[in-house]
Amino acid sequence: MSSTSTASTLAAPAALAGHRQALESAVVRFAGDSGDGIQVTGGRFAEATALSGNDLATFPDFPAEIRAPAGTTYGVSAFQINFGARRILTSGDSPDTLVAFNPAALKVELADVKPGGLVILDTGSFNERSLRKAGYAADPLTDGTLDAYRTLRLDISQLTLDAVKPFGLSQKDALRCKNMWALGLVYWLYDRDRRPTVAWLERKFAGRTDLAQANIAALNAGHAFGETAELPGDLPAYVVDRAPIAPGLYRAITGGEALAYGLVVGASLAGLPMVFGSYPITPASPLLHTLATLGQFGVVTLQAEDEIAAVCAAIGASYGGAIGVTSSSGPGIALKTEAIGLAIAAELPLVVVNTQRAGPSTGMPTKTEQSDLYQAVFGRNADSPLVVLAARSPADCFDTAIEAMRIATRYMTPVMVLSDGYIANAAQPWRIPDIAALKPFPVHFRTEAEGFQPYHRDPETLARNWAVPGTPGLEHRIGGLEKDYDTGHISYDPANHQRMTEVRRDKVAGVARDIPPQRPESGNDHGPLAIVAWGSTYGPIARAVAVLRAEGLDVAHIHLRHLWPLPADLGDLLSGYDRILVPEMNTGQLLTLLRSAYLLPAEGLNKVSGQPFKVHEIEAAVRARLAAQRSSSPEGIER
Amino acid sequence: MNVLTPPPALKPQDFASDQEVRWCPGCGDYAILKGVQKALAEIGARTEETVFISGIGCSSRFPYYMSTYGFHTIHGRAPAVATGLKLANPALDVWVVTGDGDGLSIGGNHMLHVLRRNVDLQILLFNNEIYGLTKGQSSPTSRVGTRSPSTPTGSVERPVSPPLFALGAGARFVARTVDTQMKPLVAVMKRAQAHCGTSFVEIFQNCIVYNDAVFEDFTAKDVAADNQIVVSHGEPLLFGRDRQKGLRLRPGRLDLEVVTAGVDGVGPDDVLRHDETSPTLAWMLAAMTPPEMPMALGVLYCDPAPSFAPAVVADSTAIPTSPPTPEALNALLRRGHTWTIAD
Ligand code: SF4
Repeated sequence: MSSTSTASTLAAPAALAGHRQALESAVVRFAGDSGDGIQVTGGRFAEATALSGNDLATFPDFPAEIRAPAGTTYGVSAFQINFGARRILTSGDSPDTLVAFNPAALKVELADVKPGGLVILDTGSFNERSLRKAGYAADPLTDGTLDAYRTLRLDISQLTLDAVKPFGLSQKDALRCKNMWALGLVYWLYDRDRRPTVAWLERKFAGRTDLAQANIAALNAGHAFGETAELPGDLPAYVVDRAPIAPGLYRAITGGEALAYGLVVGASLAGLPMVFGSYPITPASPLLHTLATLGQFGVVTLQAEDEIAAVCAAIGASYGGAIGVTSSSGPGIALKTEAIGLAIAAELPLVVVNTQRAGPSTGMPTKTEQSDLYQAVFGRNADSPLVVLAARSPADCFDTAIEAMRIATRYMTPVMVLSDGYIANAAQPWRIPDIAALKPFPVHFRTEAEGFQPYHRDPETLARNWAVPGTPGLEHRIGGLEKDYDTGHISYDPANHQRMTEVRRDKVAGVARDIPPQRPESGNDHGPLAIVAWGSTYGPIARAVAVLRAEGLDVAHIHLRHLWPLPADLGDLLSGYDRILVPEMNTGQLLTLLRSAYLLPAEGLNKVSGQPFKVHEIEAAVRARLAAQRSSSPEGIER
Repeated sequence: MNVLTPPPALKPQDFASDQEVRWCPGCGDYAILKGVQKALAEIGARTEETVFISGIGCSSRFPYYMSTYGFHTIHGRAPAVATGLKLANPALDVWVVTGDGDGLSIGGNHMLHVLRRNVDLQILLFNNEIYGLTKGQSSPTSRVGTRSPSTPTGSVERPVSPPLFALGAGARFVARTVDTQMKPLVAVMKRAQAHCGTSFVEIFQNCIVYNDAVFEDFTAKDVAADNQIVVSHGEPLLFGRDRQKGLRLRPGRLDLEVVTAGVDGVGPDDVLRHDETSPTLAWMLAAMTPPEMPMALGVLYCDPAPSFAPAVVADSTAIPTSPPTPEALNALLRRGHTWTIAD
């Protein structure tokens, strides 16, 4: 059954298109042991897909354990990609195709697969021992488990061994090529070009020609298998057309990378070096890892002894005239809280990134949630306002980070940026911006000694002057104690404390005047129903609203980047809708803000399972509300 | 010819701010403040290039009384803030002022790490063996049996030794001095400032209100000469009223003992000379406590090693003097795999 082909025998995709079923979009998930090269496989598929002109979004799902035992359900690593001929906003609700490299992967992932979806199995990995490890009491291949799905049961292990035989690899090395065999088959299934993957393999195994050739042979064999083998008649091959994507230069980017680049670019637009203090924590560490490689771009990274030192070093750096940035996830942010209060009192710029994760305390570190909004807005002792922004997608992290830098330096205030575990790890194609086209916001340090007082404020922004140690004539002392409004000296004067508290509040509130007007992402600025949301729910909501609006349903989608202060015109905008629905991956935190700010009867749609919303969940919630509204409205009764 | 006129030299009082000093009358902090101001004047320091960073506690009010830059931060965190400041601007002369509670209790972790990183700054740890600002609770340096509002029947915890902690953390400069001993205090400050890397200085500071006279066992006039030894690199370790006592290695055991000249055949050559580059000797000196042994004062250990900020900054290929250009940033964003979507 083995068959090999070489790169020169690649079939032109168009030649096959006639026999293929056209899809608007598709979701594929690869799953197997960490050692099966799942992430590499997914990454290659994503690259080939991007090059074929589809829009796409990907999400890796790593096991929480670093080296989980092979074959166990908790050791399953997965990679999902949603791609299409239209705009793709999420990594997909449920897979159309699952490639399961072992029983554990099947056990973990099968429930997610669409009914009638395709399950590709490596039967070579199914034996009594592996089934037991995966927790199967009976053989899922025969006990009806797979009845609701179309299956392709292939001994991929053996097919791979056959394909790579000419290269004389050890059994272990040979079997490691099976991900490429499966990838070749899936390439055939979805009509992807193998050439970028061939080129990648040649680069990756530059020093090991045998490995490169074996992997390429496996890839081609998998592809040829699809072309030549007699596959079941109900198994069509597909084609997914190019998506209408804006022309330009693209790259794939994760939220973690986009945040890192946004911070670097933002610091340069402010004209400042950056000091990044951080302490390892899941899922925030990728930001530290990316920034640690960017020293030549004016970034100094400090892996601090703890979360508190990380934020304190950032504050010390801002005091010294750099822009201090710190990053963590919820539990770490909690530890930084007192120091953030210091930055608020000392009125120093600071960017705090919170890559949110699920649950109180340690919770579920690798699972996503957006439940730190209360913490961000309210979570400090005393009246301690700061600015809170949220990124909606991996690419949006770039723009949000720049906005954080702008506000922090212009207003001399800490700014908290909320991302989450989903955004940080998910990847999407990103049209690379031209930095020269971005508007700089250079910082002007105070140098004029005449009339200097450390807490004198800009009348418009209420930001105090930024006078940096080393500047002659501006020597002054600051700290966490309350300061006199005029001189900045320690003051316990009651009226002064009232005034200082109010000016700190007004300064942050004033940021609302300095942000773009809030418009709906889609839909009208009035109507029966608006969805108001923030953060990574953007993808599923935008997709659901697109579907619903295409059906003629009148629903609007408003997505907030600025969460504190809320946009100045948001109250007016929201007053134009009969109902407000607030989907959140928490128990109703934005909901509380909106209700308290505008006294609105807004309603929550809350999911706290550690999983992102699915598009159909949002759709269903909207349909239910619009239907209820119709039946309860006077017109509805008449009809 | 254009000659740069050096700025006029500053006097000790030029380092005092216009703020009224608010420590309790008779507090040891006053003397330390004077000593630091004197040392700065003698060093030729500039107020604009000097920064005092403190945490919380009586000692941490220190920056307000200096005419330099100052940052009164939060409890225990001054070393971390100072580390960030040095990363932003390694050229600044940074002094951390802390106490036994601030630096060794709530901020113990930061103390450990600033020392092991060897950030180029001075740490002045005012040790009064008590919590002053919060009204007299026992501290991590309080001796066993210390009665305080939080230990009414006497503290049962064993105290930590600041210099031994510092040496254990990898400090490359460890010194000890006493609030009221102006001359040695100024000398130690100057040595600390000159040292590249973290300089750790424990200052015995009398809290007249909550722990008065706790250091009298080696500072009182009548016992000082016999119960303290001021060490000096290369000099014999002699002390006592007529400098007739000395320290030597106890024969047959790695330990110090006190010997008296002329007694038991002890000659001048039997006494150890101080070697401030010896960590073992520093350890033994720092561990001595009266009355069995004299309290060691002065520079116990000084052995410079590469400092942190230059290393980190060099690691990061230096903080560039100007921000990266748009071209450089464009190149960064285009690094790795890219593809073009045509019109
Ligand atoms: S309480 Fe003690 S340490 Fe604090 S100022 Fe008063 S005397 Fe000094």
